[in-house]
Amino acid sequence: MADPMRIRAQSSGGNAVVRVLMSHEMESGQRRDSAGKLVPAWHIMEVTASHNGKTVMTAEWGAAVAKNPFLQFTVKGAKAGDKITINWKDNKGDSRTDEATIS
Amino acid sequence: MKNRRDMLQRSAVVAGLLASTGLFPQFAHAAFNKNAFDAKNVADSVKAYGAGALTESKDITITGPDIAENGAVVPLGASTALAGVKQLLILVEKNPSVLVAMFNVTEAIDANVTTRAKMGQSSDVYAVAIMNDGRALFAKKEVKVTLGGCGG
Repeated sequence: MADPMRIRAQSSGGNAVVRVLMSHEMESGQRRDSAGKLVPAWHIMEVTASHNGKTVMTAEWGAAVAKNPFLQFTVKGAKAGDKITINWKDNKGDSRTDEATIS
Repeated sequence: MKNRRDMLQRSAVVAGLLASTGLFPQFAHAAFNKNAFDAKNVADSVKAYGAGALTESKDITITGPDIAENGAVVPLGASTALAGVKQLLILVEKNPSVLVAMFNVTEAIDANVTTRAKMGQSSDVYAVAIMNDGRALFAKKEVKVTLGGCGG
């Protein structure tokens, strides 16, 4: 299991700005190791964001998203105390879900 | 590398689990669009999502640095004030695979997302908004990548 995500969700003016920092190697598949062999790509493929259990955004990511990915988006009509859940899946089948409360 | 069958089987299992807990996400049926991520140019990648011809639009905004000192971490954002956005794409023209990320936008979020991308060299970066009616609107911006202070 991968390390936990850091999620910060702050309400402002009826919306909530959600910032997520995921912990993932995001290997591009372009790099070679010291023996000259290509390091296989290993990256997050799908991200799902939910607000109080309802999916508000999904994303598909390629290997070009930077290591330890950062994601920011704004949920409309979200208020303090609501739950934001983020889930990711990578191309090795690993996944992780973390939840945060909007402050 | 997992093959497609493995992925599909695993998705089916996950879908089953989610369905049984009542957490079935709205987009669970949307399979990862490998063609879009394998595309070697911006137009092909956008086409893989079923959108029409690309049109430059001042209603789309791409945010990013003019000069990125470290190509491994380049903050890029895509946003628009237009209504009826289905998907937002962030692309880097000169990367080995141009598409960085695709976001399915719903009514519940602003069409405004930011993430961080890797860039191999100085390149134009694109924000593409695919609208509900199939139009593909884009904005682009040049980002220079300086490595070791040698200039872009």
